[in-house]
Amino acid sequence: MQLTRFCLAGLLTLALAATASAGTLQNVKKDGFLKCGTHVENPGFSALDDKGQRIGFDIDFMRAVAAAANVPEIKYVPLNSKERIPALQSGEIDLLVRTTTQTMNRDTALGLSFTTVTLYDGQGFMVRKSSGVKSAKDLNGAAIGMETGSTTELNVADFFRKNGMNYKPVVFEKQPDVRKAYDEGRCDAHTTDISGLAAQRSLMKDPAEHVILPEVISKEPLGPFVRKDDAQWTDIVRWVVWLTIAAEEYGVTQANVEEMFANSKDPEVQRMLGKTGTLWTDLGLDQGAPVRVIKAVGNYGEIFERNLGPKTPLRMERGLNAQWTKGGLLYSPPFR
Amino acid sequence: MNQRPAPPQVPFWRSPQGRAWTFQIAMLAAFLWLVAAAYSNVLANLESRGISSGFKFLRNEAGFRIGETMGVPLPGWGVFVILAALAAGLAASRLMARRARSTPGPRGDAWFAAGVLACAGLPVLALWLTRDAVDVAHYSETSSYGLALAVGLLNTLKVTLIGCVASTFLGLLVALGRLSPNWLLRTLCRWYVELNRNLPVLLQLFFWYFIVLQHLPDVRNSLSLGEWAFLNKRGLYVPALVPLDGAWPFCAALLAALAAAVVLRRRSRRLRDETGAPGRWVVPGACLLLALPALSWLAAGQPFALELPALKGFNFQGGTGLSPEFTALVVGLTVYVSAFNAEIIRSGIQAVPKGQREAARALAMGEGQVLRLVVLPQAMRVIVPPMTSEYLAIAKSSSLAVAIGYPDFVSVGGTVLNQSGQSIEVVGIWMGVYLAISLVISLGMNIYNRRVALVER
Repeated sequence: MQLTRFCLAGLLTLALAATASAGTLQNVKKDGFLKCGTHVENPGFSALDDKGQRIGFDIDFMRAVAAAANVPEIKYVPLNSKERIPALQSGEIDLLVRTTTQTMNRDTALGLSFTTVTLYDGQGFMVRKSSGVKSAKDLNGAAIGMETGSTTELNVADFFRKNGMNYKPVVFEKQPDVRKAYDEGRCDAHTTDISGLAAQRSLMKDPAEHVILPEVISKEPLGPFVRKDDAQWTDIVRWVVWLTIAAEEYGVTQANVEEMFANSKDPEVQRMLGKTGTLWTDLGLDQGAPVRVIKAVGNYGEIFERNLGPKTPLRMERGLNAQWTKGGLLYSPPFR
Repeated sequence: MNQRPAPPQVPFWRSPQGRAWTFQIAMLAAFLWLVAAAYSNVLANLESRGISSGFKFLRNEAGFRIGETMGVPLPGWGVFVILAALAAGLAASRLMARRARSTPGPRGDAWFAAGVLACAGLPVLALWLTRDAVDVAHYSETSSYGLALAVGLLNTLKVTLIGCVASTFLGLLVALGRLSPNWLLRTLCRWYVELNRNLPVLLQLFFWYFIVLQHLPDVRNSLSLGEWAFLNKRGLYVPALVPLDGAWPFCAALLAALAAAVVLRRRSRRLRDETGAPGRWVVPGACLLLALPALSWLAAGQPFALELPALKGFNFQGGTGLSPEFTALVVGLTVYVSAFNAEIIRSGIQAVPKGQREAARALAMGEGQVLRLVVLPQAMRVIVPPMTSEYLAIAKSSSLAVAIGYPDFVSVGGTVLNQSGQSIEVVGIWMGVYLAISLVISLGMNIYNRRVALVER
């Protein structure tokens, strides 16, 4: 089944669907839906709620892009980490928001463009409290569970090599299988991005029994990916993400966006929300796009609090993902 | 001599042969055109999308670790010497066996002995002579993508080989059980077959891995057999044999004793057939098998040392271990395929006419002899062709390993694909390798089939 999927996605589409990608915006508008690659299941980022709707941090950015392009529908294509890049390359999806780490190789050799960062993350380890392990340096000889086909495998190899330690990888195709094997005691530690560990921990039999170790062994800037051959589409995705970041900085929220649009005296906010200037029409969208986006998903802070924040099962702090004015790394280029 | 009238000249396109050729050539041309068009299209698309292509990436550093690795023998002169010795040994032994058949008496026995020694001795000699000449690459994070794929392939082949052999024996047992006059045994075997045939193999793998093996005790509470063997959810740990200086003489002595025992047996059989005297070969043969290696032990020193597994840190260190992923995959595939094999073998046995069995019994053969000498050889003709597909099924289903975390060819290839982004190339390698494995199995089985097939006169 896997192989068939690859053959179909990787070979046939590349071979036959020759020019499906030029003018992604036009195609999306014509189809009336946006094709997005997403997780199978990763709570907080992309998972089904009790009504069968997809919700999550990644999903909100897809909804933001769909709102900007003014298309009513999103078609979700659940992908494992091995399938995600061929799916985007081949045109099966137009937008990949699936906790994908931005790396140089992915930007240069694969025909992909990363847009901008939606979450500054890093890889970590989770162990059982009862194991007595306090630091990743104590993991010499451990069996470590991880998902195949991601930067995770490389970072672990680097970390253990650097510290002259040994380990045994236990590698699975899907995150739920890693969780199960770890939860059942097949592995001593579970490794992935710290946000992913928090997500998986919320699904364990007894979440309180597991701790995430303090070491962060890699930089994992996660963000949306698009194909390289459509600069306009890349810019749209990028500026929609920056819009949500800037909206938080200037205090524009889902609740007050219309009032801000009408009454704000700040010229930057006026330009950002499309009241003045031609920023959004220059991008190929319409002047109503920014208000639609904020009304659909809110600003970055609201997206974070709703999906990952302390009141959710993931209980994540803002940390590096705070605004630059509050000691974090979130910084939107100026809207002018 | 009267001349036959020349056949009437038909135009080329109206003769059946001509038409057949025309169609064949047209089809071939169309097919080649399609392949060429698809190929150039893929290249052009890759180029226009800025995706790099080609197989150069196979030399790049892999950077990830593989859970289970074997040493990969690199093709050098050492490997070729061993392969050549293997072929020469086989050829020599066949030649000498023929000589042995045509020369009766002790001289025939001598030929036979020479054949046995050539068959086993030549490869062992080559192995010993070239033991330092064969380069074995051990995979590590700094190895190349190519070596990673080779390690994955070896893991797949290991599972396939063990699965084929084990499922055949298990299938034979179940088939005999299904034909047994004992009601309980027959019914149990029937349920075994029905249950296994009707559940998807992936589900069965999950069952073995996540349900059976994960419910073993954890490392600290391992089931143990003294200080020797430990079983826990990380796997089965047993002592490892470490070869010492005396290893080679010991192996040579064992081999010589084995050859001598085989010859003894043949000689005693021959004497029994010629003179009617009961041949005695079991006791002298066993004595030889014990005495020669023991002598070598005394002369050349201890051949092997045992390395016991011991709990250290997170897990057992030392000794050898079978991982739960490997065990689940082998057990799951074996059990699943054995049900199909059982039905194939049963149909083969039932296809042998009842009269054959009755005739054999009338010759005062025991039940075991009837089965071994009369029924199974005839059943083979029916069994071998469908068994080929089951062996192919094992090779292909082993790719489900990816679901239970065993680093087989597809799993490792998937990682390579994702790290390098070269999806078309990796998918191409996958398809080529599985095609090659399937063709080799098919070829081997076809050769075997030709040997067991009914020779019609």
